[in-house]
This record gives sequence, structure tokens and C-alpha cells, in this order.
Amino acid sequence: MAVLEAEGVSKRFGGLQAVAEASLRVEPGRITALIGPNGAGKTTLFAMISGFLRPDSGSIRFDGREITGLAAHRVCRLGLVRTFQIVQPFAGLTVRENIAVGGHLKEPDRGRALAAAAAIARQLGMEAMLDAPAQSLTVAGRKRLELARALATQPRLLLLDEVMAGLIPTEVSEIVAVIRAIRDAGVDILLIEHVMQAVMSLSDDVYVLNNGRIIAHGAPGEIAANGDVIEAYLGQGAAHARG
Amino acid sequence: MRLRSGQAGALFVLAAFFLLLPQFVTSSYWLGLWTLTLFYALLGQSWNLLGGYGGQVSFGHAVFFGTGAYVSAVLQVKFGFNAWAGAAVAVAAGGLVGAFLGAVSFRYGLRGSYFALVTLAFAEVFRVLVNSWELTGSGFGMLIPLRPGAAHLQFTDRTWFYYLILALLAAACALVWWIERSRFGAYLVAVRENEDAAQALGIDCFRVKVVAITLSGALASVAGVFYVQYFLFVDSHIGYGPAMSVNALLAPLIGGAGTLFGPLIGAVALGALSELTTLALGKTPGVNLLAFGVLLLVILRFLPNGLMGLFRGRA
Amino acid sequence: MLADPVFLLAVAFNGLTVGAIYALVALGLALIYGVLHIINFAHGSLLMLALYAAFFLFTLGGVDPYVAVLALAPGFFVFGYLLQRFVIAPISFGRDTNVLLVTLGLSIIFDNLALYLWTSTTRTINVPYAQTYVDIGVTAVALPRLVALGAALLVGVAFWLLMTRTDLGKAIRAVARERQGARIVGISVEHIFAVSFGLGTAVVALAACLLLPTFYVTPTVGYAFVLIAFTTVVLGGMGSFIGALLGGLLLGVVEAFSGVLLGESLGQIGIFLIFILVLLFRPTGFFGQRVA
Repeated sequence: MAVLEAEGVSKRFGGLQAVAEASLRVEPGRITALIGPNGAGKTTLFAMISGFLRPDSGSIRFDGREITGLAAHRVCRLGLVRTFQIVQPFAGLTVRENIAVGGHLKEPDRGRALAAAAAIARQLGMEAMLDAPAQSLTVAGRKRLELARALATQPRLLLLDEVMAGLIPTEVSEIVAVIRAIRDAGVDILLIEHVMQAVMSLSDDVYVLNNGRIIAHGAPGEIAANGDVIEAYLGQGAAHARG
Repeated sequence: MRLRSGQAGALFVLAAFFLLLPQFVTSSYWLGLWTLTLFYALLGQSWNLLGGYGGQVSFGHAVFFGTGAYVSAVLQVKFGFNAWAGAAVAVAAGGLVGAFLGAVSFRYGLRGSYFALVTLAFAEVFRVLVNSWELTGSGFGMLIPLRPGAAHLQFTDRTWFYYLILALLAAACALVWWIERSRFGAYLVAVRENEDAAQALGIDCFRVKVVAITLSGALASVAGVFYVQYFLFVDSHIGYGPAMSVNALLAPLIGGAGTLFGPLIGAVALGALSELTTLALGKTPGVNLLAFGVLLLVILRFLPNGLMGLFRGRA
Repeated sequence: MLADPVFLLAVAFNGLTVGAIYALVALGLALIYGVLHIINFAHGSLLMLALYAAFFLFTLGGVDPYVAVLALAPGFFVFGYLLQRFVIAPISFGRDTNVLLVTLGLSIIFDNLALYLWTSTTRTINVPYAQTYVDIGVTAVALPRLVALGAALLVGVAFWLLMTRTDLGKAIRAVARERQGARIVGISVEHIFAVSFGLGTAVVALAACLLLPTFYVTPTVGYAFVLIAFTTVVLGGMGSFIGALLGGLLLGVVEAFSGVLLGESLGQIGIFLIFILVLLFRPTGFFGQRVA
């Protein structure tokens, strides 16, 4: 059974059809990628899956349970956690305190949540910054913090929205290794990514979204060879590739 | 957590200072001044819980203070309640008003300045109501009959009022201290810092804010109850007027919003400033608040974390 | 009595003339909100200062408020400009609730400075035309109130012309809509902010001069206008001049009727209730986004 199933999900903002009848499945034990040009509707689809936006139509099931229109904090409590493309740190808090907020989902005790936060920071190579205020982190540090906080909630499924955007190549390969380790620890992953090289090496399953519609689905190799995708995305994507 | 040993030391010094203070301060003028300072610290701590830790800036905390003052006064005067029983009901009423105000404004997504203004408007509605209602003494206000004795929560020896407000403030600080170290406190601060991120991590922001405003309302109404027992009088301007709302936010903002001792330090600083200006310019109406306004601007400009920012290295 | 159409019209018209002053005060606030996206809590205190200025010009210099406006409007423009540029902007660091706290601090300072300098005595002036009543059919209206009504409409039109027909208006609208873009094309955003704040303050001075002949001044008089002005601006749609104008007139009428229905002291409640309801039931995104 799929961990996540979105079926015929649509969202319209005024005159703009942001997402149209999009369907996708995340299978357990796999890393699933959602790619597409800027403005394709990827983040909107993520927002609907994670409960930040209510779809106009369609249904979303998580672990076989209907979660369409459920509030974001409830979705999170079921074990589906998202990160933000535009990082949203608790700027005035330290890295440790930031991660502990996530840890509190399952751990009421403050001391144990803070200790668990330190453990997760070590896992992501952030132990040196534990007591630094989140606002002092670099872009790469903030992206990692998003990941660490989400991980601290002990999710079943992690939705990663462009955690590699704005990183330099060595940072990208570091975070690719981190994501693999998370998957190996038993957390399923759905990610939006622009860094194609990472998508190709990391994911088992790729969905392509263009103008709000899923136009292709398959293994990375198939997608790379798909004419429609190259037309809609890769040609354009090369020009849009961010460093 | 890192501050724990520092805080314990500070706590010991503070406790010793305030417990022994009546031994040295024997003039009723100065004891009264310290009593009022602790009263403002208590009112400020109630604001601090919601505004400092939770980031929900209220411009109408008088709505809670006034509810505490009026409910206890009306129950005693019009319904023959014992002062202690009246106080208990009054504090519950303050919490209830907080829960209602919070439920309504947070349900409709009011934030920042709009939340501040709506609290102010609620305080004004209450002010107009008690000012026109016979039960609340309308324009004349409520006068509590003098009945000295601990059973009536009145003391002829003013030192007892000092110890009463000290105990109430200590209890409020203990509550805030406990919240600081709890999951709820972590959630409250997370909501202040970034609601979207908090939601994504499973926090029910609405619930956290409503709980915070309920506690804050109850604490402010404790201050209201104390005020009525101390002065034996309240009217619509004292209870629900803008002055008390301003008093509630000045001490924590000056001392350091979102810190345990901020409201107390702010209240002491304001008390000292008030005495200094009176000394320098005489007891002219307005001169104290004038100085407070200037100090507020100076703090906002140079010490965004209040006077506590001087002690803590962290930005 | 309430069924008498002549009486109802009289109450309504009376409300309109009061509403004209509300509209004028709110116009200034709407401009400041529309351009700077800040809530100026000191707006009422600026009105109070302008009332005192007009009062002293009359009692000490014998200058009629209608003449004094020629000096006070430019004077308050400069005052508002300096206030925004050198006090509010540097202290608030551009953060929403900070602006609110800074302007609260300013209002505390202004109100208590006035209390310190001029005591809490209620002051009024005596001009001969305040007793001149004009019969408009349903009721007789004091001349200054008619003047205020006319002036409010004129200022509304003048603002609209300023914003649509002049280069300054274009620059202001550019800054209001797209701060960064305006900066890129070489507009000094700080300057335009301060100009807008100055204009808003100048309108307040105008309102004060029109208000004084039939009103009074005390150090706390501004507070009563603050919530009314906010209500007007929220009611009329944030930053909209026509909205502020209509909102102000409407509030005046509402206040007049709730005063008649509920009595003098309970009557004020109408405005606060409208304020709360409007704040709550406007689409949340409208506010939630802006101030996040």
C-alpha cells in the first residue's frame, strides 16, 4: 500500500489554475521526487498535502487514511511533516531550541527534547552550531535546520521542498548523503528539487509537474529520456538551473 | 537551561532583598511605593506571558485588570460575597474574558497591530458598559466598605499588603518560570517566532494562543483584585481606561519582554524614574508618564531586549 | 419621536457634520497607512497638539482658526515629516508592532507634555460665527459644522487630484505599491514615506482648525479620535481615501443615532462594536498577511 496517495487534486487561485487534477503516489521505502519548471504548482501541491491549503477538489490519503482538508498541525501529528522552500527558522531561538520544538511532538519533557535535539544535530553535522541563534546560520545551515526540525518530529513521511536550492556542490553532496541516511532509517521521502543531478542520483520515482498537471511519471532514467519532459522542463530547466 | 545557575543566584538575592525590605523601609510612603512597584510588576508579568513570550502584543490589558477589579468589587458590595470568594470568582472571570477575547480574535486570524487594536477596543467597550450600568456603580465607581481583617482581605498594617503582593508576584513568576521550562512554553515561543513553522511541526497555534491569553487574563485580574482591596475603590477609568493598559506593557517592554525578570526590573526602573522626575520637576501631573514615554523610545531604539539585554549577551 | 422623519433627518445630518471631522482625521491616517503600511497610534495626539496650536494662536495672537490653518497645515506638514524621518523610522526598524509601540510612546509623550504644560483644564474658544445657525430645512446647523462638512469633501477631492494628477502623487503611489521597484527607479522611499506622513499630519491640523470653533481641547482629547479614526480607515478599506471619507461620515451618523437610542454614555459603544466587528469579519488574509 502506498504511504501517500493524492488523487485528482486541484487548486485555483482566482484566474490561475495552480494545480489541476494532479495524482501521485509515494511507495514505502522509496525516495519520490516531484520536479517541474518554476511556477508549475509544486509548492502548491505540497501545501495541500501537508494541510496548509485546502484543495478545491480531489483527495489525499496518508497511510490509508483520508487527510484532505485536515489542519496542518493535525497532518503533522499523523506523521507527515514538510519543510519550507523559503526557510522558516524560529529566528530568535538557538539551533538546539529550534530542533527541540519539533522533538516536543512526541516528547513532552523539556530536558529530554533538548537532549534529543542535540542528537539529531549531531546526525546532521550541526553539533558545532547547537547554541548559535538560528538567525546567524548560513543558507546551508538554515536548510539543514529545516530538515533537522522536521526529523525531530519522528515522521513517517518527509516532504522536502527544495532543500538543496542555493547550496554549493559540496553542500549538495553532503545533504544527499543525509537524505539517503534518513530513508535508510525508515522514513519515506517526497521531495521537490531543482538540482537535477541530485534528483537523478537520489530518487527512485519521479513525477513531473507542468502548468499544474502531472505530465510524466517513471524511473529517473525514463524521465530523462521522455520527450515531453525535455520539451517542458529540461530544456528550460537548464537555463533556470540554480547554483 | 544555561541560565539556570545565574537565575538561581539572582533569585536568592531578589528573595532576600524583598523579604527583608520592610525591616529597613519603615516610612509608609516608601513602603507604599514598593507595594505599587510590585503591583505593576505583577500586571506586567501577566502582559509578558502573552506579549513577551507569545508575541501577541496587547494594547488593552485593562480589560482583564478591570474585570478582576470589578467582579470582586461587585460581588462584595452588591452580593455580599466574602472578599476571598469574590477574588476567586474574579480571577476565573478574568481568565474567561481572556479565553473569549482570544478565541474570537485568533479564530479570525488577527495578528500584530490588529490584535493590539482589537484588545484596546474590547477594553473600551467594557469601560463604556460599566460606566453606564447601575450594578457596576455607573459613573460613580465602586467603593468597598472598610472591614479590616485577613478574613476580608484587608489589612490595617500596610506591611501585610506588601507581603501579599510580594507573594502574588512570586507565584506569578513561579508560573512563568515553570512555563519557560515546559513544552507549552517552547510552543508559545515558537508561535511568537514563526506561526507557519510552528504549525508544520504539529503545533496547534490557535490553542496555544488561547491558553496563553487565558492565563494572562487570569493573572491580570489577580492584579485587579489586589488593586481593589488595596485602594478600596475602582471606577471605569481606573479599571478599563487606557492608562492601565499602558502600565501593563511598559514594565515588561522596558525591563525585557519575554524574560522572567523583565517585568520586575522594568517596574523598579519605572518607579525609580518616577521618583527622580518628581524630585527634579516637582509633582506635576503628566511629568512621570512623559519620562516613561521617552524611556520607552530610548529602549526601543537602543535596547530591543529591554534592560535585561544588558545582562544577557544574546541578541 | 423616532418615527418622525424630520427628527430622523435632523439626527442624520447632525451625524454627518460630526462625521466630516472623523473623515478628515481618518483621511490623514488612511494616507499614512496606505503608503507606509503602518498604524500611527499617535494620530489622535497630533490632532490634540494641533488643537492647542489653534487655541493659542486664537487666544494669544487673536488669529481666527480658519486663518490659522494657513500656517498650521504647513507647520504640521514639516513636523510630521521630521517625526517620521528622524524618530519613527529609525526607532522602529520597519517592524510592524515596533511602529505601533513607537507611535504609542509618542502619544504618551505628547499627551503628557500637554498635561504638564497646559494642565488638564478643558479649553474652548469663542468665535462669533459659532453661534450662527443655518436653516437647512430639517434642522438648524451651526455654521462651522457646515464648513467642516464642505471642507472634508473638498479635501477628499484634493487628495484624489494630488494622487492621480501630480508627479508627487505618482511617486507616492509607486512607493505604496512596490517599495523595492520604486527604489530601483530612483525614488527616495524614505523621503516619500516622510512626505506622506507629513501630508497626513497636515490634514490633521486642518481638521483641528475646523473642529475647534465648536469643540474643546484637553490633553487627552486625541484618544477619543484614535479609535474612531482607525475604525473609519478599517471600515472604508485600508488606505482608501473615498472609503475613509464615506466611513467617517457613516460613523458620525451611527454615533448620532446610537446616542439617541442608547443615551449619551452608552451611545459611544456603537463605534467600538463596529470596530471590533469590522476587524474580525474582514477576510483574514487582508490583515494576517500584512502584519505577519
